[in-house]
Amino acid sequence: MSGQQSTTSTSIGSRLLDWSLRGYVVLVFVFIFAPILFSVVFSFNSARFPTIPLESFTLHWYQTIWNDPDVWTAVRNSLIVSVCTALIATLLGFCTAYTDYRYNFRFKSAYLALVLLPPTIPLIIMALAMLAWFSKIGASGQLWSIIIAHSVLTAPFAMAIIRLRLNQMDRDLESAAWNLGASEWRTMREVIVPFCKPAIVSALFLTAAVSFDEFAISWFVSGLNKTVPVLILEIVQGNIDPQVNAIGTFVFLVSMTLVIVAQIFFTFRAGKSFS
Amino acid sequence: MARTNFSGFATTWRMPIIVWQVLFFLGPLLFMIAMSFFLVKNYRMVEAFELKNWEKMLTRGYFWDSYILTFWLASLTTAVTSLLAFPASFALAFKVSPSVRRWALFFLIIPFFTSYLVRIFSWYVILAESGVVNALLAHIGLGPYTMLNTKFGTLVGYMTLTLPLVVVLQTFALANIDRNLVQAAHNLGCSPARAIYAVIVPLAKTGLIVAALFCFILSFGDFVSPYYLGGSKPPTLPILIIDTTKSGQQWPRAAVVAVVMMLTLISIAFAALALAYRKRASR
Repeated sequence: MSGQQSTTSTSIGSRLLDWSLRGYVVLVFVFIFAPILFSVVFSFNSARFPTIPLESFTLHWYQTIWNDPDVWTAVRNSLIVSVCTALIATLLGFCTAYTDYRYNFRFKSAYLALVLLPPTIPLIIMALAMLAWFSKIGASGQLWSIIIAHSVLTAPFAMAIIRLRLNQMDRDLESAAWNLGASEWRTMREVIVPFCKPAIVSALFLTAAVSFDEFAISWFVSGLNKTVPVLILEIVQGNIDPQVNAIGTFVFLVSMTLVIVAQIFFTFRAGKSFS
Repeated sequence: MARTNFSGFATTWRMPIIVWQVLFFLGPLLFMIAMSFFLVKNYRMVEAFELKNWEKMLTRGYFWDSYILTFWLASLTTAVTSLLAFPASFALAFKVSPSVRRWALFFLIIPFFTSYLVRIFSWYVILAESGVVNALLAHIGLGPYTMLNTKFGTLVGYMTLTLPLVVVLQTFALANIDRNLVQAAHNLGCSPARAIYAVIVPLAKTGLIVAALFCFILSFGDFVSPYYLGGSKPPTLPILIIDTTKSGQQWPRAAVVAVVMMLTLISIAFAALALAYRKRASR
C-alpha cells in the first residue's frame, strides 16, 4: 500500500474507502448496542415516558422492583431454572462431545442431527410442542418442565464448546494413559475431564445465560411459576412502564456477566496447553 | 473382560443424550404433529385422526394473509440484513487486524445471549412518536415520523435479533477464504468492486447462504418484533400460534400452524443448502 507513490489518487481513494468501511462497522455496533445502552440510561431517568433531553436522575424504578415480591419470586425461579439447566445441559453436552470425539458408529450423522437440531427450530414451535407434551404426560406448569425444555435447547451449545476443546487435545494423550495402565474410567477422570475443564466451566455459564433469557418456552410451560423474562413479557403487555428498564438492566448485567465469564474461560484459559 | 468394559464405557457416554432428546425433543415434536389431527369437544382435546383442523385453517383467508405476510417479512429481513451486514463483515474480515476482529466477534456474540425482549422494549421507547429518534430528527427540522406499528418497526426488531449473528457468520465465511486468490485477482488488474463480485462472494458463498438461512429462520419464527413494533395487524404466524393457544384453547389448530411453519422452514433449508453446496459450473 505505502509503496504505491505514483498512484496517489487511487491510494487516497482506497484509504477513504477503508475508513468509511470502518465507520460503517462502528454504525453497525451502534445499532446493535443502542437498545442495551438506552435501557440502562432510561432505568435511571425519572421520566415516565423516557426520551431526550433526559429528566432528572432517579433510583425510583429500582426501588419499585426491589419492593415488588413478584420480582423476587421471579428472580428466585430464574436462578433455579438456569442453574439446573446449566448442570444438566453441560453434562449431556459433555457426554455427546466425548462420544463424537472418540467413536464412529452407524447412524452417527442421525445421532448428531438429533443433538444439534433443537436450536434451529423456532422457539414458538418448541414452546407449543413442549406445552402439549408436558400436559399429555401430566407435567405442565412446573419449574422442572422449564428446566427440561431448556436443557434440550442448550445442550447443543455445551456440546459445541466442549467438542472444540477436545479438538485441541493430542489424541496420543488418551492412549498414553491407557498404555500406562489406567482404565478408561480413570483416564476419563484424570486426563479428559481436567483437560476439558475450561470448556466445561464456559459451557456452564453460557447455557445458564441462554436459559436466563429464554421467554417463549418458559411463558408457555411455566404456568404460575414465572421466570424473570416471563414477568417482563407480562409487564410489557400492559403499559409503558419504565420499571422494565430497571429489570432489563439487571437482566443484561446478569447475562452479560455470564457470557463474558464463559468467553474468558473459553478463549484465555483454553489457550493454555495441557502439560 | 476388556471388551465388556469397553462397550459399557461407550454406552455410558452415548446414551444420555439419545434418551433425553427422544423423550423431550422428538417426543414433543411428533406429538405436536399428531395433535394437529386431534379434535376439540366441549373445550377439551380428544385424541382422534381427523383432517378437520387442517381444513379449518387452510381454507381461512386470515391464515393465508398471515402466511404471506410472515414469509414476505422474513424474506425482506433476510435480504436487507444480509446486504447491510456485508460491508461490515467485509471490513472485519479484510480491513482490520486479527486482534480487532477477535474483539469485534467477542462483542457481537454478547447480544445474542442477552434479553431480546428488553432490547425490543427499548426500541419501542426509542422509536415512539416522542422518542429519541424523533427528538433528534426534530433538531434538524424533520419529522415526527411514525415508526411503531409499521413494517419499518418490525424490520428494526428483526434486525436486532439477526444482525449480530449474520455479521458473525459472514465474517467467518469471508475470513476463511484464501487471500492469495483475492491478491491474484488484484494483480491481474481486477477492480476492487469486481474482485468482490467475481472472486470473494463466490468463494464465501456457502457461509453467506448459511448466514442468510439462519436470518430467515429466526425472523420467520419470532413473535416479539411483529407484535410490539409491528402492531400485529395482520398477525404473523407465530402470533397466530400464541393467539390460538392462549385465548382459544384450540391447541390442535395452533399445531396446524406450527406444522406448516416447520414444513416451510425445512423446504427453505433444503433449497438454501442445495444452493450453498452446488458445484459451480466449470468455466
